[in-house]
Amino acid sequence: MAEFWEQYGALLADSTLETLYMTFGSTVLAYVLGLPMGVLLTATRRGGIAEAPRFNALFSWLINILRSLPFIILMLFIIPFTRMIVGTSIGATAALVPLTLSAAPYIARMVEQSLEEIDAGVLEAAQCMGATRRQIVTRVLLAESVPSLLRGMSISLITILGYTAITGSVGAGGLGNVAFRFGYQYYRKEVMYATLLIIILLVCVIQSIFDFISRRADKRNR
Amino acid sequence: MITISHLTKIYEGDGQRVTALEDVSLHIEKGDVYGVIGMSGAGKSTLLRCLTHLERPTSGEILLSGQNLAALSGARLRAARRGMGVVFQGYNLLMQKTVAENVAFPLKLEKGYDKAAVSARVAELLELVGLGGRARAYPAQLSGGQKQRVAIARALATSPGILLCDEPTSALDPLTTKAMLALLTNINQKLGVTILIITHELSVVRAVCTHVAVISEGRLAESGAVPDVFGRPQSDVTRLLLGREPVDGSEKGE
Repeated sequence: MAEFWEQYGALLADSTLETLYMTFGSTVLAYVLGLPMGVLLTATRRGGIAEAPRFNALFSWLINILRSLPFIILMLFIIPFTRMIVGTSIGATAALVPLTLSAAPYIARMVEQSLEEIDAGVLEAAQCMGATRRQIVTRVLLAESVPSLLRGMSISLITILGYTAITGSVGAGGLGNVAFRFGYQYYRKEVMYATLLIIILLVCVIQSIFDFISRRADKRNR
Repeated sequence: MITISHLTKIYEGDGQRVTALEDVSLHIEKGDVYGVIGMSGAGKSTLLRCLTHLERPTSGEILLSGQNLAALSGARLRAARRGMGVVFQGYNLLMQKTVAENVAFPLKLEKGYDKAAVSARVAELLELVGLGGRARAYPAQLSGGQKQRVAIARALATSPGILLCDEPTSALDPLTTKAMLALLTNINQKLGVTILIITHELSVVRAVCTHVAVISEGRLAESGAVPDVFGRPQSDVTRLLLGREPVDGSEKGE
């Protein structure tokens, strides 16, 4: 055991950090894109605060199309774009580009679902109080759905964590890369098991932290 | 205060045509406690939605303090809306905000609001509705009657000239109902706020209203001062609400 850690400890620690970097980095970037997309989806649907059914239908289709591209295809397909932005297509930072682009439309749907939980009556109340659309979005739609948005974020984080394993297999580093190299190419089972164990731990920790925060944030059940 | 003339609202969609309101005219004077009574589906809620301009009337006109609502949009519509307070049937409180934050909400919509002035105003309003001690509670911790009080305090925050209440007592027990009606009367008399109450309960109109309009199947059956309308009902629906026999068409009058 001690020998194992001596040999692979540093590698596993570095890879874990890389995985966390890719996961959290791309989640944050994907929310920067996906949150406004989700708001737009909710606001423009029929009966929404900025009703535009035709635009909504078109935008919804676009998101469906983006979501249906298999990640591995998207990742390879946009390599020139990744090179343009990051300067290289290899490494953890380069992996942020396909991870973000693939997660954003998914997050848009998660956000849409959270915002739809808000009672239409509360939005109408805000409207009657003379709130502008922007105020309704920030102070009612988003503010009232914080607990639900947090729950959605934990699901997104864990899904993206899974995807980082795929980027790892094509040279982006991280635990996925280690598992692939040692488990599949060199057939060092114990290294692969160690990475699996770390990933399981990460998932459990992320889920518990977000469960805790969203429960604390939710003022409806006390 | 409010003049409604020939208000008609027709909902169209999926090849269906539903006339929710037809040619309704009403006049509400400043200081009135005006009851709008009718059975479920009579068009009461549609009337309220037209008054708040959540729905655009199909035809007819609503004048709020002389201003034609239909002609307003954007900032001027928002300003007009701040001149009326609405108490919704389901309270429609913000569940993630405290009682005080809910009441402060309409005040904080204004640009450059004064923080100290807002908290003073919130304290004053909570005192008025009898919730002085619950400022930091969340709506989920309150009873139905308390939520209703928060909704009233919030509706009064911008010092509106009129308070529109949609079925303010339908979800409350008799004792809480009594207290709620006393509060509304108090608001009317102490602050001089005109009140419009939408209800299906005769007892509510009897207890607090000075005037009443009876609505049936989207049409105005009759309206006037409460003693007149309930004392000498002219329409079958009013008589029905009062629990009396409808008048035979041939021999009108008492």
